[in-house]
Amino acid sequence: MSEALAATVSPDDAALERRLIELTQQGLPLVPHPYHQLADRLDVTAGEVMEAFRRMQASGVVRRIAAVPNHYRLGFRGNGMSVWDIPDGLVREAGREIGALDFVSHCYIRPRALPDWPYNLFAMVHGRNHDAVYDQVARIADMLGERVQHYDVLFSTEVLKKTGYRSAATKTQRRGDAEE
Amino acid sequence: MTAAMQELSALDRAIINRLQDGIPVCEAPYAELAAELGTDETTLLQRLQALKAAGYLSRIGPMYNVERMGGAFTLAALRVPEARFDEVAAIVNAFPEVAHNYRRDHAFNMWFVIAVADAADIARVLSRIKAATGLEVYNFPKQEEFYLRLKFDV
Repeated sequence: MSEALAATVSPDDAALERRLIELTQQGLPLVPHPYHQLADRLDVTAGEVMEAFRRMQASGVVRRIAAVPNHYRLGFRGNGMSVWDIPDGLVREAGREIGALDFVSHCYIRPRALPDWPYNLFAMVHGRNHDAVYDQVARIADMLGERVQHYDVLFSTEVLKKTGYRSAATKTQRRGDAEE
Repeated sequence: MTAAMQELSALDRAIINRLQDGIPVCEAPYAELAAELGTDETTLLQRLQALKAAGYLSRIGPMYNVERMGGAFTLAALRVPEARFDEVAAIVNAFPEVAHNYRRDHAFNMWFVIAVADAADIARVLSRIKAATGLEVYNFPKQEEFYLRLKFDV
């Protein structure tokens, strides 16, 4: 194969995905044809770029393409990490039930650290202020009923560091996107 | 309705609400969204620039799941004696693998996310933080996620 031909061979899917991840660290271009602009930068077709994004959405590499509001800026000043001690056999159903609530952004099962830390279910609860968050947490407690042995809410009082995640695919700095 | 939201026009609020649901993968995604919102592409792009510049939107674009790309996260916590808090925060923050670090009002008063390219690096970073701070590092890796789409209706 001549060099000229080699240069026109489209990169394989994974390589294109990695380059798109790198190019969209700061987001999707705010231009009429954003996927075309990315395609021009990478010397591929817009169709290939759109196909790559559909593929990444299907594989879960891209959770979604969307706008992410800054909840703090929008007045949601109370953000509490609620933590729950639920019997192991019931924790998954509890997680699913909490997941159906509209004021919880993330819900995770995590290991306990006994005896210091008995909680195995974490749910981030958002409200306009601390009182609103306490109200939501009380609703969760009511819903879970006797399955809850102990619970607590930890409010963040200071951001000590927020530099975002290092993109594992590109080893470059990526802005945090509130996924944790 | 908060004070911050009162500063937003009805169109701005409609944009924030609609675009949380997703941006389509198509030739002219903003034109498509504008038509839905009863505005035009140019206006929508202008408003998105402004909402991002003013900090109402922290990101517009693909949300990547780093774990699907071979990376790994964990959430870890420390119980820091109040007198040492600032010193320990400086030690923890100096680790490039520490992406976010928050003070929380609890005996477990420092909570941080470690993000690494290779899952095997998590244990190494945790033990280095333990050595550097002299404190027990509690590791709370995610065992299962109930991924939710919190939607802020504004």
